[in-house]
Amino acid sequence: MGLRKILDDMAPQFEKGGRHEKWYPLYEAVDTIFYSPGRVTVSGAHVRDGVDLKRIMITVWLAVFPAMFYGMYNLGYQATSGMANMGLTSTGDWHAFWIELFSSYNPASAWDCLWYGAVYYIPIYAVVFIVGGFWEVLFAMIRKHEVNEGFFVTSILFSLIVPPDIPLWQAALGITFGVVVGKELFGGTGKNFINPALAGRAFLFFAYAPQMSGDAVWTAVDGFSGATSLGQLASQGLPAVSMATGQELTWMDAFIGREQGAIGETSTLAILIGAAVLLISKIASWRIMLGVFLGMVGFSTFLNVIGSDTNHLFATPWYWHVVLGGFAFGMVFMATDPVSSAMTNTGKWVFGALIGFMAVMIRVMNPAYPEGMMLAILFANLFAPLIDNLVVRANIRRRIARNGI
Amino acid sequence: MSSAVKAVLTRPLVTENPITLQILGICSSLAVTTSLNVAIVMCVALTVVTGFSNFFISLVRNYMPSSIRIIIQMAIISALVIAVDQLLQAFAYEISKQLSVFVGLIITNCIVMGRAEAFAMKNPPVISFMDGIGNGLGYSMVLLILASIRELFGSGSLFGMEILPLVANGGWYQPNGLMLLAPSAFFIIGFLIWIVRTKRVEQVEKTEFRLAPHTVQEVAH
Repeated sequence: MGLRKILDDMAPQFEKGGRHEKWYPLYEAVDTIFYSPGRVTVSGAHVRDGVDLKRIMITVWLAVFPAMFYGMYNLGYQATSGMANMGLTSTGDWHAFWIELFSSYNPASAWDCLWYGAVYYIPIYAVVFIVGGFWEVLFAMIRKHEVNEGFFVTSILFSLIVPPDIPLWQAALGITFGVVVGKELFGGTGKNFINPALAGRAFLFFAYAPQMSGDAVWTAVDGFSGATSLGQLASQGLPAVSMATGQELTWMDAFIGREQGAIGETSTLAILIGAAVLLISKIASWRIMLGVFLGMVGFSTFLNVIGSDTNHLFATPWYWHVVLGGFAFGMVFMATDPVSSAMTNTGKWVFGALIGFMAVMIRVMNPAYPEGMMLAILFANLFAPLIDNLVVRANIRRRIARNGI
Repeated sequence: MSSAVKAVLTRPLVTENPITLQILGICSSLAVTTSLNVAIVMCVALTVVTGFSNFFISLVRNYMPSSIRIIIQMAIISALVIAVDQLLQAFAYEISKQLSVFVGLIITNCIVMGRAEAFAMKNPPVISFMDGIGNGLGYSMVLLILASIRELFGSGSLFGMEILPLVANGGWYQPNGLMLLAPSAFFIIGFLIWIVRTKRVEQVEKTEFRLAPHTVQEVAH
């Protein structure tokens, strides 16, 4: 119990009247990483459970790891095969030093690809984590609340939904917007009505459209242009979708994730492994996930049936919608955000279905936005309180009718 | 300057700002603030219209039957707006094209109608004129702040002169496209309100619902 004693000895300095009173949120954060909190709530309605916010957030964080590691590997794979096609032998910037330190540029070697991806991804994640953490701690100190682990999740999710080629200052700006405007302005964790990671992404999407979409940003090699599979789908139709190497993209490739896209979104398989962890530990709501899925299947099938002569996207079957773009990532990690989604069980179905419907709607009907998942989830976030309100009122009406009051 | 005149001229700047406190005139402040030139013309147009509409409405306030007062006010305001619009088209054609419908929409600007109803109907002409000018200045101040931020970060320039050299022209500044879209004005107005209310706590609205504090008990580790 040596550590406990060290922390307890330090405690008076951070408590009210202590020398470092301002820094209490940081002390508290360190303390609760090692030990469960020394205080419990005694009044009001609350759930007594072994799991707390910290464990929930860390579980989500770990559940993202398969998608993150695959994302790094795929980033390297896409980039090195792109380089091989272009006849490049070095990235020629500061990345090159680190890459060449431990590996070469061989797309066939898993280590080379993973390392290449890490050299690109880790700086992005580090910048997002440090900048976002700075705002989180700043607000915690001024408003005198605890630092929340929700930020672990926000930062990793945000870093995985940006293009691999994103300039680091844009990543910093995006997470700043996400944390400050998307969350802290409304009171911090638990009071944000939109998903902070998506708010940051949406900010970048509208602020720096050329760097956030189009076909030059999805492979981490300067000068290589290749649209995401969704972008190709939107411009040329399903048969023309191909990989960075020029081969045709099969459904299995897309499912495993051998395609270009934002870092974490490509592999539906890795995302589903994370989904299994979240569902078994009952952290994410299966109702929302299934709602999103059914909403998407329902509306895309409907579009398949009515068909269109002018818009070839109408014919995209549902099983392609799942594996392309950010659909799976959004369904598993973004839509299920417990704060910004609907709270009631019926409401979760409606909320999910609305996301699935809107995602397909934006993808298919609006050629300007090949990817609809981000906007669909933000849209549904805004409606979540209304959905809950209607569900609660319907329940009250039903009970009044049943009891004949 | 008497203290009453001073009050109607200065209170709308911060204490009773039409945009940040009364949340009036938001539509036009989103629409015309992507460049300073356009914003300044809009500010002048609105300030002039508000001042004179207050003046004329106040002149005839004792002769208007209450049941048709809104129509009379609208007739006066529209006449003034049409005059301003024609003047702009005659002497500043380029800018009037950029302002497009927004000069015409001054007719429906809540600030003009609001001051006519709230002030000019109850006060003599000269002080009403000053009140209109004061509110126009309050509106202008916010518009100029919005326009300088949006033009500087959205196009890297002020009054069309390049301040931050753009990447497209060989400089280093990557323009922020969001600043040229209407939502950015919402965000900036939000931040302005935040700043003003941090300094002037009396402007903060009462919370409608306050969560009961949770009670906490120390337990052994």
